[in-house]
Amino acid sequence: MAEQSIISPENLVYKKTDVMTDRELHYCPGCGHGTAHRMLAEAIDELGIQSETIGVAPVGCSVLAYYYLNVDMQEAAHGRAPAVATGIKRVFPEKYVFTYQGDGDLAAIGTAETIHACNRGENILIVFINNGIYGMTGGQMAPTTLPGMKSSTCPMGRDVLTMGNPLKITELVAQLPGTYYVTRQSVHTPGNARKAKRAMKKALEYQKENKGACLVEVVSNCPSGWKMNPVDSNKWMEENMFPFYQLGDIKVPGKGLVSDGKNGS
Amino acid sequence: MKKEIRLMKGNEAMAEAAILAGVDAYFGYPITPQSEIIEYLMSANTAERTGMQVLQAESEIAAINMVYGAAGCGKRALTSSSSPGISLKMEGISYMAGAELPCVIVNVVRAGPGLATIQPSQSDYFQAVKGGGHGDYKLIVLAPSTVQESVDFIRLAFDLAFKYRNPVMILSDGIIGQMMEKVELFDQQPRLSEAPEWATTGKKPGEKSTVITSLHLESEDMEQVNLRLQAKYREVEKHEVRFESYRCEDAEVLFVAFGSSARIARKAMDLARAKGIRAGLLRPITLFPFPVEEVRRLAGQVSGMLTVEMNAGQMVEDVRLAVNGRTPVEHFGRFGGMIPGPDEILVALEARLEEWYKEQPAQTE
Repeated sequence: MAEQSIISPENLVYKKTDVMTDRELHYCPGCGHGTAHRMLAEAIDELGIQSETIGVAPVGCSVLAYYYLNVDMQEAAHGRAPAVATGIKRVFPEKYVFTYQGDGDLAAIGTAETIHACNRGENILIVFINNGIYGMTGGQMAPTTLPGMKSSTCPMGRDVLTMGNPLKITELVAQLPGTYYVTRQSVHTPGNARKAKRAMKKALEYQKENKGACLVEVVSNCPSGWKMNPVDSNKWMEENMFPFYQLGDIKVPGKGLVSDGKNGS
Repeated sequence: MKKEIRLMKGNEAMAEAAILAGVDAYFGYPITPQSEIIEYLMSANTAERTGMQVLQAESEIAAINMVYGAAGCGKRALTSSSSPGISLKMEGISYMAGAELPCVIVNVVRAGPGLATIQPSQSDYFQAVKGGGHGDYKLIVLAPSTVQESVDFIRLAFDLAFKYRNPVMILSDGIIGQMMEKVELFDQQPRLSEAPEWATTGKKPGEKSTVITSLHLESEDMEQVNLRLQAKYREVEKHEVRFESYRCEDAEVLFVAFGSSARIARKAMDLARAKGIRAGLLRPITLFPFPVEEVRRLAGQVSGMLTVEMNAGQMVEDVRLAVNGRTPVEHFGRFGGMIPGPDEILVALEARLEEWYKEQPAQTE
C-alpha cells in the first residue's frame, strides 16, 4: 500500500490541537514545559472553549507561552499573574481565565497575589510549573529548591538554616476556603501527562460552575538548570522531587483536604 | 435643564464621577488621604447602578495589576492611591505604558519621602511627570485645582487614555481630596459596550489570537516600539496641552503654579496687584504635556517667574527648560505637609523684584 493512501481522515489517530500554534518551542530539549503547554491546550480544545479563554503568561521560562498557546493572552509582570487574572475575570466573569506560572513567579515574588487570589476564591485556573529552580535567569535557587539541592546561588546545596526551607505553596493554598480543587501532577510519562490534562480539564469545568480557585501543580524537570540530560533529569525528579512533592490530589470537591502535605517533608 | 449643585468632598466627588463616567472597574487599597474613594464606591451599590466592579485588593501592587487585566480586556479601569501607594504601583504603570493599555490612576498626594506624613503635598510631580517607573515612558498627567475639576477630569482622563492607549494620572493632593466644594456632576455615561480590537476578549475563530505584552526581546523590535511610543507622546504634546491664565495680559511678573498651590498663588497675585505689582498666574492643567509654548511666550513678556509648589522645587525645572534662560525663574515652596500662605508667597515675590527689574526692567505702558 502506498504511503499516501494511508494518510486519510479516518486513519487519523493523533492530530496536534489547534490550541497550540505551529511555532517552534524555545524550551530546552527535554523540558516539561512543552508537554504541559500541550496538555493545557488539549484540555481547552476538548472542552471547546478556545474562543472563550483568556490566559495570563508569567515572567520566567514560560514568559512567551503566548507564542505557543493559541488563545488570547496577557503578559503579566513577575508574580502578578493572579492579580491580572482577577482583573480579567472580574470584567469577564463568563470567560475561562487561567494563569501559567513557574515556581519563582508563583511562590516567591508572587506569593501574595497567589494566596489572595486563591483566598478570594477567584474563579480561575492556576497552572503551576514546579521545577525547583529559576530556569530563565540561569539556574538560581527557587522557593521550591530542595534541601541540599545545588543551584547557581546555592552552589554548595541549599542550606535550610540560612536559606530557608522549600515552600509547599500548593498545600498552603489548599488550606484556604477559596480553593476548590488543588492537585499535584507531572507530565514526564504519557500516563502522567494524560492525568495532568484530566486535572486541568476538571479545573476548567469547575470554573464554569464558579466553584472558586483551582490550582494544578505540575512537578517538572529542568535539564539545563539541573545540569543533567533529559533522561537523567526525569530519573532525578522521580527519586528526589516526587518524595518531597508527592503527586496526587490535595484538595478535591466534596472531600476537602485529602493530603496533609506532610508526606516527604 | 439646570443641573443639581452638590456639596461634596473631593475624593467622594471623584468616586461618584467614576460611576457617572461609566467606569467598568475600580481596584484599590486603602491609604490616607484618599480612602474615601474606595469607601464611597463600596457603599454606592455600583453593581446595580452601572454594573461597575469594585474590589479591594491585597496591595497596591495587586490593584494596579488587576487594572492591567481589566484594561487589557478593553474596559475602563480605575485605581487610586496616595504617594507611598503610588510608588508601589510604579511597576504596573510602566508595564501598562509599555503594553499601551489605557487606565486612570488617581494620586491624592501626601508628603514624602518615605512614610512621611498624611498631610498634603505636591512632591510627586517628578514621579508623575518624569516617569517614576522604569523605561522611557510618559503618563498624561492632569492636575485639578478644584473639586469640580476632579470630577470633570475623571471623564477627560478616560477619554485621553483610550484616545492614546496610555495610562493617565490625575495628580490631586490631600487638600483637594479632603476639602468640600460645590460641584456640578455630569449625566450618567454608558459603560463601554464594545471592546476595542486590541483587547483580549477571546480568540475569534479564523483570526489570530490577541496578545497584550510589553515584551520585545529583539532590540531592533524594542527600538521600534520605543520610537512608536515617542511619536505618540509628541502627538500628545501637540494636541493636549491645557492651562489657565489669570491676568497674564499685562503681567510684568508671573506666578506659575498647579493644583492647590495655584489657588493660593492666585490669592497672592491679588495681594500683589493691590500693591501695584502687575502679577499674573499661569496654571498648567496638563503637567505632561507641559504648556511649554505658553511659558516661552510669557518669558518674553515678564521680568521674572516664581513657581509656587508644595515641594522642594520640581515643576520649576520644566519652567526653566521652557524659558531657556530668557528670564529669571525661581521657586518658592513649603513641604512636608506645610501649606504656604498667600502672604509668604507675596513676600517671596517681593524679595526677588528688585533683582528681576534690574536685569530686565519692567515694561512701562
